[in-house]
Amino acid sequence: MNKSSPESEWTLEIKPVSGWFNFHLKDVWRYRDLLFMFVRRDFVAVYKQTILGPFWFFLQPILTTITFTIVFGNIAKIPTDGIPPILFYMSGIVCWGYFADCLTRTSSTFITNANIFGKVYFPRLVSPLSNIISLLLKFGIQIFLFICFLIYYKIQGLNVNFNIYMLLVPYLIFLMAGLGLGFGIIVSSLTTKYRDLTFLISFGVQLLMYATPVIYPLSALPEKYRWIVLANPMTAIVDTFRFAFLQAGQFNPGNLIYSTIFMIVVLSIGIVVFNRVEKTFMDTV
Amino acid sequence: MSAVIKVEDLSKMYRLGLVGGRTISEDLNRLWAKIRGKEDPYIKIGETNNRITKGKSEFVWALKNINFEVNNGERFGIIGKNGAGKSTLLKILSRVANPTTGSVKVKGRVASLLEVGTGFHPELTGRDNIFLNGSILGMTQQEIKTKLDSIIDFSGVERYIDTPVKRYSSGMYVRLAFAVAAHLEPEILIVDEVLAVGDAEFQKKCLGKMHDVSEKEGRTVLFVSHNLQAIKNLCQKTIILNNGQLFASGSTDEALHSYNELVRDVKIDADTDINNYMNRRGKGMIRFTGIEVLDINDNKRFNFESGEAVRFKISYKVFEDMKGITLTVALMSGLSKECLTLAHHEITNKKIHPGETGEAIIEFTDINLKPGEYPLYFELMDKDLNPISKDVIDDLTPPLVISAGDYLKNSAFDPAKPSGFFAAPSRLIVNEISKKEIFSKAL
Repeated sequence: MNKSSPESEWTLEIKPVSGWFNFHLKDVWRYRDLLFMFVRRDFVAVYKQTILGPFWFFLQPILTTITFTIVFGNIAKIPTDGIPPILFYMSGIVCWGYFADCLTRTSSTFITNANIFGKVYFPRLVSPLSNIISLLLKFGIQIFLFICFLIYYKIQGLNVNFNIYMLLVPYLIFLMAGLGLGFGIIVSSLTTKYRDLTFLISFGVQLLMYATPVIYPLSALPEKYRWIVLANPMTAIVDTFRFAFLQAGQFNPGNLIYSTIFMIVVLSIGIVVFNRVEKTFMDTV
Repeated sequence: MSAVIKVEDLSKMYRLGLVGGRTISEDLNRLWAKIRGKEDPYIKIGETNNRITKGKSEFVWALKNINFEVNNGERFGIIGKNGAGKSTLLKILSRVANPTTGSVKVKGRVASLLEVGTGFHPELTGRDNIFLNGSILGMTQQEIKTKLDSIIDFSGVERYIDTPVKRYSSGMYVRLAFAVAAHLEPEILIVDEVLAVGDAEFQKKCLGKMHDVSEKEGRTVLFVSHNLQAIKNLCQKTIILNNGQLFASGSTDEALHSYNELVRDVKIDADTDINNYMNRRGKGMIRFTGIEVLDINDNKRFNFESGEAVRFKISYKVFEDMKGITLTVALMSGLSKECLTLAHHEITNKKIHPGETGEAIIEFTDINLKPGEYPLYFELMDKDLNPISKDVIDDLTPPLVISAGDYLKNSAFDPAKPSGFFAAPSRLIVNEISKKEIFSKAL
């Protein structure tokens, strides 16, 4: 080792919390193996002692779709833009489901991991990131299910075709993951101080669903309320998803750009707050 | 040798009481102080950390102005009583908690074992958990793969390696967990005493491994414990923490010497510790108000020579009607805390009433104990030995320290030789071996 100046040799300096913009993104990269292990753990562990195993991934959207079709389609008679109700609801549910799962799972990061966080150092961001990725597996299975239904309807004569907009789907997933993660880590950072936010999140997510075109198409909405739904960054995502697969409604690039900017802002705030809290939370949790 | 850890002016403040952090009004107060460029109003009222006396402030300094350096390849011990700040210091060094002020500079990769088996998932198999735990501790997949066989071998649970760890016995669980930890190869290893749980064999294995890591591989080891024997065997240098402050530092022998003095320094009288000591047992019908250990000339001390007379002067106060009082003073063994000998006396058999106080002295006329430390146990009860009336003081006073005195010097007893608790001199009177029976007699 070359000992030129003793001060510069220190590989690590532990200091009081200072500055808001000290991310350890390099550290996160260094711990990518841990990220992988967490994903694996989540996947193996969650369904290990259930009867149906990964079939729950299928069951959940199917049952919800049936319920929605009966309640909102048949009883409340909400229009579905001319799309078969099953496909309409399922596309909304699958999309919303991923976002909602990301949000609720990451929002309890500090509380569920308090035990590990209290004993070992690793970049805390690895935890919520692993949640997002392991939920992606579930989402993938559900999209597969959705496509099966889509093919069935196509054989039955529904007019849907492959089109260029389907290439947007990975980007939509990225947006949802970013939004879910961003909101989730902001909430998780705040819950270390104010515990009651945990309760807020579970019904907040539910309420937010009604402000997203999951059970109704945007076109069915009265003009004067439409801005509320459009302000929701998830609206453009769900809408574009439907447009890509079902060619219903319209594709509005402006709305999608709005969602993108929203996602970047939320995620940036999230990472800043999260990094700040990860250093002090052991004293408050 | 160069320093690999440098701790400078390290302080850590904790808030006691309310769980769940701060309130919004407090946050606003802080913000207001910050805007006016003043110090955090809540930091000012912090006081030193003393578990026994009840503090006036909600804020305590768990660590205050700690400075020390650890050199490359050193085995470095940290000791202190419960609540002295050891764990807080470890947490800061492991980057789990952040200091309030000051800094720590570190050279090289650090692995800290505040616990074994962190992140073990009960549903996963032993093999999966090796990978999971290894990655949490900072190893890469590749590293774990190359060491996998050696880890499984070290753990000795090869047969169950593909069984979920929830089916493991707790012993197997700890073995597997420690096997992973033992294969970390950091430049600096930080180990908490929690590692030294488990059976004697396991403790030995842990300590042996730490010794090897330092001696053979030239790594630095930081070891925290209040097991003085382990520190003495393992560490070259030691610091002592007391109430969050650095009490002494230096070679382990020097440090242990000052630690002994620190422990002796506990004051016992009516106003301080004895009234606030929170771990007292009994309902409080009668309370000790003072305990003193005296020699025959009424000088207070805790060090005696074997064979000397020891007096225990106790005072008490009655808070509820009681039928008589009995007093017990017992000497315990330092290791297993078993009672070695006791003096049990009836102080009165008459009814006594609240507000009455008393004093008593019990003398052990000569304690023929072998040199060592003997924790003391004091107990007051009514004459029916009804447990409700009990007041007990143990572990609060310093232990009685017996050293080899003149009494032993002229006897056949050699304190350096292994023996039981009592220094009972013995000699072999008859030593004849016949074919039919072995006959020997000790006196």
